[in-house]
Amino acid sequence: MTNTQDQDTTLPDVTEAPNPVIRTMRMLWNDKFAFVSVVFLLIVLLCAIVGPFLLEDAATKQNLRGRNAPPFDFSTAWPYWLGGDALGRPLLARIIVAAQNTIFVAAGAVFFSLLIGTTLGLIAGYTSRIISQIIMRLADIIMSFPSLLLAVIVLFMLDSSVFNLVIVLAITRIPVYLRTARAETMEVRERMFVQAAKVMGASNGRIIFRHILPVVFPTLITIATLDFAFVMLAESALSFLGIGIQPPEITWGLMVSQGRPYLTTAWWLSFWPGLAIILTTLSLNLVSNWLRTALDPAQRWRLEIVRKKNG
Amino acid sequence: MLKFLGSRAIASAISLVGLILLVFFLSRLTGDPTGLYLPLDASEESRNQFREIHGLNDPLLIQFFNYLGDLVRLDFGESIRRSEPAIDVVLRGFGWTLQLAVVTMSLVVVFSIILGSLAAFHVGGVFDRIATFFSLIGASAPDFWIAIVAIVIFSVNLGWVPTSGTGTVWHWILPVSVLFIRPFGLILQIVRGSMITALSSAYVKTARAKGIKNKAIIFVHALRNALLPVITVIGDQAAALLNGAVVVETIFGFPGVGKLMIDSILQRDFTVVMAAIMLTATAIFVMNLVIDILYSILDPRIRY
Amino acid sequence: MGERLLDVRNLSVDFHTTHGTVHAVRDVNWHLDRGETLAILGESGSGKSVSASAILNLIDMPPGEITSGEILFEGADLLTMHAEERRKLNGCRIAMIFQDPLSHLNPVYSVGFQIAETMTAHGQSKAGTRAKTIELLERVGIPNAETKVDAYPHQFSGGQRQRIMIAMALALKPDILIADEPTTALDVTVQAQILTLLEELQQETGMGLLLITHDLGVVAEIADRVVVMNSGEIVETGSASDVYHNPQHPYTKQLIAAIPGNGIMAQQLDQTAPILQIEKLSKHYGAFVALDEVSLTVLPGETVAVVGESGSGKSTLAKTVLRLQDATSGEALFEGRDLVQMDRKDLFKVRRDIQMVFQDPTQSLNPRMSIYDIISEAFVIHPEILDKQHWKARVCELLQQVGLKPDHMYRHPHQFSGGQRQRIAIARALALEPKLIVCDEAVSALDVSIQAQVMTLLKQLQDDLGISYLFIAHDLLLVRDFAHRVIVMQNGKIVEQGPVEQIFDAPREAYTRNLIAASLSPDPEIQATRRIALDELQGANP
Repeated sequence: MTNTQDQDTTLPDVTEAPNPVIRTMRMLWNDKFAFVSVVFLLIVLLCAIVGPFLLEDAATKQNLRGRNAPPFDFSTAWPYWLGGDALGRPLLARIIVAAQNTIFVAAGAVFFSLLIGTTLGLIAGYTSRIISQIIMRLADIIMSFPSLLLAVIVLFMLDSSVFNLVIVLAITRIPVYLRTARAETMEVRERMFVQAAKVMGASNGRIIFRHILPVVFPTLITIATLDFAFVMLAESALSFLGIGIQPPEITWGLMVSQGRPYLTTAWWLSFWPGLAIILTTLSLNLVSNWLRTALDPAQRWRLEIVRKKNG
Repeated sequence: MLKFLGSRAIASAISLVGLILLVFFLSRLTGDPTGLYLPLDASEESRNQFREIHGLNDPLLIQFFNYLGDLVRLDFGESIRRSEPAIDVVLRGFGWTLQLAVVTMSLVVVFSIILGSLAAFHVGGVFDRIATFFSLIGASAPDFWIAIVAIVIFSVNLGWVPTSGTGTVWHWILPVSVLFIRPFGLILQIVRGSMITALSSAYVKTARAKGIKNKAIIFVHALRNALLPVITVIGDQAAALLNGAVVVETIFGFPGVGKLMIDSILQRDFTVVMAAIMLTATAIFVMNLVIDILYSILDPRIRY
Repeated sequence: MGERLLDVRNLSVDFHTTHGTVHAVRDVNWHLDRGETLAILGESGSGKSVSASAILNLIDMPPGEITSGEILFEGADLLTMHAEERRKLNGCRIAMIFQDPLSHLNPVYSVGFQIAETMTAHGQSKAGTRAKTIELLERVGIPNAETKVDAYPHQFSGGQRQRIMIAMALALKPDILIADEPTTALDVTVQAQILTLLEELQQETGMGLLLITHDLGVVAEIADRVVVMNSGEIVETGSASDVYHNPQHPYTKQLIAAIPGNGIMAQQLDQTAPILQIEKLSKHYGAFVALDEVSLTVLPGETVAVVGESGSGKSTLAKTVLRLQDATSGEALFEGRDLVQMDRKDLFKVRRDIQMVFQDPTQSLNPRMSIYDIISEAFVIHPEILDKQHWKARVCELLQQVGLKPDHMYRHPHQFSGGQRQRIAIARALALEPKLIVCDEAVSALDVSIQAQVMTLLKQLQDDLGISYLFIAHDLLLVRDFAHRVIVMQNGKIVEQGPVEQIFDAPREAYTRNLIAASLSPDPEIQATRRIALDELQGANP
């Protein structure tokens, strides 16, 4: 036998795999924008989780002397550093508290639409034509159903709660994952390793969950990151129009809306929560871009070589 | 080609019927408009009369079949709020929305394609970084926030443009600019990504070996291939605009179909809601067909 | 020889990758004269294409970097020239054709546009280009050039596309034509035609032809001189005949020894009950008949090779036997039971006995599973084979059996070389202890030396375990050394079948003779006589 020769004539030995965690961290560090974004998102996440426990009281306490207090007055307590709102509540504290609803609504909607959309997409991509057609027509209907109408209907029939808003937004985003998962599944099912699994006698369930899903999933995660930003914007728009979250609950979108009457006299009421939205969605977009490169074996090298001075 | 158009029309018709069904019954669930239009102390008799006129007394299923019957004769019913045919109200609003969408999307398509292609040519270069940065900010910006900040700066403080209305060209500048930002950012990103793929393809290598000039490689060889995925996204964005840019229309007092729809939903003006949804769904269907045809023009491998 | 056209001196190119810097070529020297054909021979990863890419300024920098050397074209160094000057040389004085013309032609433009573009990009006016394009297409042998000029690349066959690439490259009568694996993906008969065309055109124009290839047969057919490359370095240079008959470097010797076609042909096995008996098996796609009443048998421990060109239906046969698609009619009896009619439950059981090894091991192994997961999946699906506690030991055993180190079992496929991956795929098939393995072009994606090793492994396994092979291939030389019996297919039908000696020494059908004559011998002298034989054959059956 010529067993050892194969290794001699090709690569000297199989290449050593670097630890995936270290490798990911290194790729993240090489893309400074993505790195800063991840740090920012972690801070936002921290605010969303512990913010309301610590600052709930401060954020709801009205203070007549602090009405529309201007920002950057560092002689006041720190929650007032970004100014106060029309009822004299500290804006910084309110933004931190509002992070919870804003992030929870978006996360919940993305989670459910990802789960349902992916499942339906895998089914549509792998089973018979008829089932696939039914699922696709359903997706078409959802796509052309105005999300505002859906919001009004759901919020009218049920009541305006964070969870119901999650349902509305999740339904409207299902087609995004469904279409992608179906298209990718139809491509991956023709690949040779799927054929190889079939030859071994693998069941449909095994082929879908063990062979197709792991290949499709990175694409879906990249889209989900991007969609998180989209859902955040949609939630803020609904809250802004008055058919989303209702006071006394707060989200960043609602804060922008509440500040609107005071735009000419106290611009900061709307400006800061809007900035919070922009920075968060921008970070999500940057992370999504990074993910798309990092998860694509053909593009990954762009993150792994250290750029030369003149690029 | 005809067979393809036919099957597309059937698929869309099925979806449209499903949509009509859903909207009809779900919107009825939001409540009875009578209370909204008659004074609080109106007698039960006048309430009944109101319901009778607008056909709200029959069982829901009968109402639905009556509605379908009228629909066959292209009768979309009468608006409760405006006391005129619902379709007239909707067409008026749709006209405004269509103009806004066409102007905005034309600008978006031209700018995002040119700038995205140039950014892709030198990945990581100065121009690429600037274009990527601004397009990402554009894609991340909440339009209502941009709109109100823009009003404060350009209308209130600087007084350059009016705050709302549709009278002159000046009235259009702010709504179009605000609507421009997000699709521009998104599509530029897609163009850039798609162009990077196209520029690293084998046929571009051939073109370089043939001694083709860079400009022709970008705009002749790579761009036409790169546009295929871009067109799909342009379609999605245009569809969103056709559905009515509710937020921007509301803030700028622009009488488009989006604002009309939200007002009608809140006012339980069901006939207008139904007519608006059918019209926009049909418009989006036509636009998707145009996109499919564009696809087959751009890529000779696609034949229906 | 004629004047010196191109002189590559001390060229070194690095690529900066994840795993550090790769020296793609190191200190390479070669030259090309007018009217001569130089072949750069090497296996994948040898750096054989890199210097050609450097000539045309096609190396992406970064990640590439030219660290030293010069490329003199008519005495002027290309590497110090301005990009615009180099663009003017590309396509005009130096032209290139590539492997895989389908992806190298722009799919959305007509071939006429793409050929004419070469002319207009170098200053010719648009007016006369159409007539010239049609003329060029006629010259390279495209039928109905008048109308085909407006057709798109996907509307041509693989061989025609390569002819179009050639027309495009020769539009401005360049001094140098670089051909990068121009015939690799093509059928043998088409390959012979393309090489003949290149030779004719070279004689017409007197250009220098630089041919990059991995195939010693192609070198024997067309090259005057050959440069042998291995891991970025030139190991040997000389005339094609000298290098074949008198190789100096151990690498060249090993390469020549690995070429199939010189072994002893196997004797027919004694007639026993067949393990697989196919009767009048047909597969139709609508009106298209992919498989037309094919009948054959495979005995236990026997290797039956199915050869044919693309579109002959040989892969359809494999897929149909494995029930990856349903047959239209006919039967396939495996140990007496019909696979075509079998229900799910029986089919599941019989899956253990019939396994498959696919063409491209890169694609047939799930990139996200470890080697252990890939091989032990057999036991997950068929738990009756083995208790879970023995899986690990069995995977180790299987890896050793195919010549891999057991301690690599937690690595992923991309960490292995092509030959190693195919060994993993074979281990996966063996895990089910099959009686029959269908090999669909199982070694055609591999380098010659790796090919030889994998074939040795397959033969060894047959001797040890008594496995039968249905071996689907397009490479006749490979089949000659390996098969007991050979089946020749064309357009979905069996043209000829018989023991391997009969097919190669006394083929009855003209198609078979043609196929054998068109396959290239690595020996330049033998190839020269074969060439004459092929010309006569084609003269006899136009």
